[in-house]
Amino acid sequence: MTAAASATLPTESMRILIIEDDREAASYLVKALKEAGHVADHAGDGEEGLHAAETRDYDVIIVDRMLPRLDGLSVIARLRENGRRTPVLILSALGQVDDRVKGLRAGGDDYLSKPFAISELLARIEVLGRRRGTKDVETSYRVGDLELDRLSHEVRRAGKPIILQPREFRLLEYLMKHANQVVTRTMLLENVWDYHFDPQTNVIDVHISRLRSKIERDFATPILHTVRGAGYIMRAEE
Amino acid sequence: MRMTAVRLSAVYFLLFAICAVVLVVYVTGTASSIVEEQSRRAISEELSDLEQVYQQSGIIGLVRTIDRRSRQPGASLYLVTDPAGRILAGNVASLQAGVLDDRGQTPDAFSYERYADETGERYHLAIAEVVALRNGMRVLVGRDQSEQMRFRGVVQSALILALALMGVAALIAWFFVGRSALKRLDGVTASSARILSGDLSERLPVTGAGDEFDRLSENLNTLLARVSLLQVGLQEVSDNIAHDLRTPLTRLRTRAEAALAAPPDAGEAREVLDQMIADCDQMIRTFDALLMISRVEAGSDRAMKSEIDLAAIVADVVDLYEPLAEDASAELILDAPPKLVVFASRELIAQALSNLIDNALKYAAAPDRKTNVRVTLSEAGGIWRLSVGDDGPGIPADMRERVLERFYRLDKSRSMPGSGLGLSLVQAIARIHGGRLLLEDAGPGLSVCLEIPKEEGRTGDRDDG
Repeated sequence: MTAAASATLPTESMRILIIEDDREAASYLVKALKEAGHVADHAGDGEEGLHAAETRDYDVIIVDRMLPRLDGLSVIARLRENGRRTPVLILSALGQVDDRVKGLRAGGDDYLSKPFAISELLARIEVLGRRRGTKDVETSYRVGDLELDRLSHEVRRAGKPIILQPREFRLLEYLMKHANQVVTRTMLLENVWDYHFDPQTNVIDVHISRLRSKIERDFATPILHTVRGAGYIMRAEE
Repeated sequence: MRMTAVRLSAVYFLLFAICAVVLVVYVTGTASSIVEEQSRRAISEELSDLEQVYQQSGIIGLVRTIDRRSRQPGASLYLVTDPAGRILAGNVASLQAGVLDDRGQTPDAFSYERYADETGERYHLAIAEVVALRNGMRVLVGRDQSEQMRFRGVVQSALILALALMGVAALIAWFFVGRSALKRLDGVTASSARILSGDLSERLPVTGAGDEFDRLSENLNTLLARVSLLQVGLQEVSDNIAHDLRTPLTRLRTRAEAALAAPPDAGEAREVLDQMIADCDQMIRTFDALLMISRVEAGSDRAMKSEIDLAAIVADVVDLYEPLAEDASAELILDAPPKLVVFASRELIAQALSNLIDNALKYAAAPDRKTNVRVTLSEAGGIWRLSVGDDGPGIPADMRERVLERFYRLDKSRSMPGSGLGLSLVQAIARIHGGRLLLEDAGPGLSVCLEIPKEEGRTGDRDDG
């Protein structure tokens, strides 16, 4: 385990719009995003938010589900109707699976139920803001001396093959796809296992430590780091 | 309601009356036409008889025969007239004008007057047939219709009497049947008024007659029972929340207070804050679990069901927990068919299984010995069973019901992390799939089993958008 918390700040800053009617929560969010190096604007209701989203270019929009004047899902629907593809993260006090499904169906890209850890929000925004890249079509990922071939399912470190179970492969694939970004346990459970419930015990940690032992045991430098209070990050040591 | 009863009685009465009148008219009409037919045939026969007499013995013989026949009791009508219309013989005193003008059968009944009338009535009705002789004389033979008219009268008065009786019967039926139905409805109304005013223990009256009213009352009573069960559940939950959330809230407050009172020390303050966040997370988990249970019980996640391969999901969750089991020196043994497609919620079933495996690892595993946790999926008789059995200490038989209650935790498990809601949630998930949760003795150990009918919910609403 390596303490890498201080180095989790994003390398590039993003412009983020927060549409949230709870002023206190919103100002806290703005502050946290600024501390993380982003630029954040705030809109207090649905109509104001929609207007802001259509007049400026944002990297990510955070929308509360229940808003005065125009509710969150309608804001997203209007944006999508007008051809705006800006990634949207839905915040909601409704945390059940069908709420999530409805939110994503309305055009949202991710869904986070309240209350949430700020580290979770930051990690998800990072992933959302950067997903417009070409990572999905790449056939192989590389982090430092670790290589993963998505077609042949081969993993090598410093040229030495590493044998992984299918699930371990998918776990590593997701981590490497989002290399240099913090990935939370919930994100892993959602994206690698496709489950949205909260397991009572942290099952993900055990999977990570197994994976880590396979990709780090015989090598001098760690590559999969734990970010305290947040999750994990794949990053080659400089 | 009162109006409905009256209207129904009136409609039935009218229908019966119309049917009765039509029937009577038809029967009497048919009967009288048969009688008339017979009369006409008898008249024709008698006429041809008289014609023979006339041919054999001339007009004198004819008149004599008619005279003789006229005097017999119950005789037919006879009349012989000359070409000018004067009466020469017979028992008819006078006739309705015009009867003798046409030959052949009279189309309708006509009235006539008779000599030596025993009945005292002057005018009678009759039908007759008229023939003209060669010399222009006319002979009429007829039959009296009085008898038939009387028959018709009797039938008519019987009909009127019957209609009157039916009217009275309809009134009586409405009074007793309608009123007793209304009375029972009033009873139901009164009971529901009491229930509305807040007494959920009140039930609608059931007479035991097993009729529609009883079935309605029974169904409403079942509904009420469910409502009060939910209400009791709600009451319990709010009590439990009050109790189980007060504890961590108090702890949270104490920590904050103690940190404030202590001299400022950044390192120590961080530690306290970390602990407070952990406390909050635990409370959020408890809230989430409660919310989930109530939503699952209210059936609002029904829309999530779809065709899923249960065997794949079970293998998936076992795979998710396998490393954790290994760390707890336990072995997860999977016993499932290669494929089992059912109609269920993937997310909820996975969560239920995850809770069960988590429980087994938490409560059955011990560091000093190897534990076996067996996950079994099977299907028989349209019911699929998913069970998680362990060979740990198990739960005493008298405690098994209690562990399904919300927040209930066996004393020895109080020190373990957890909300005490895991099994309640699994039970709610079993229920929303139309199944149940069973706790069985695995001898040694505990076996927790989900039993769910395969076809449950397939016809239900699948997607509400």
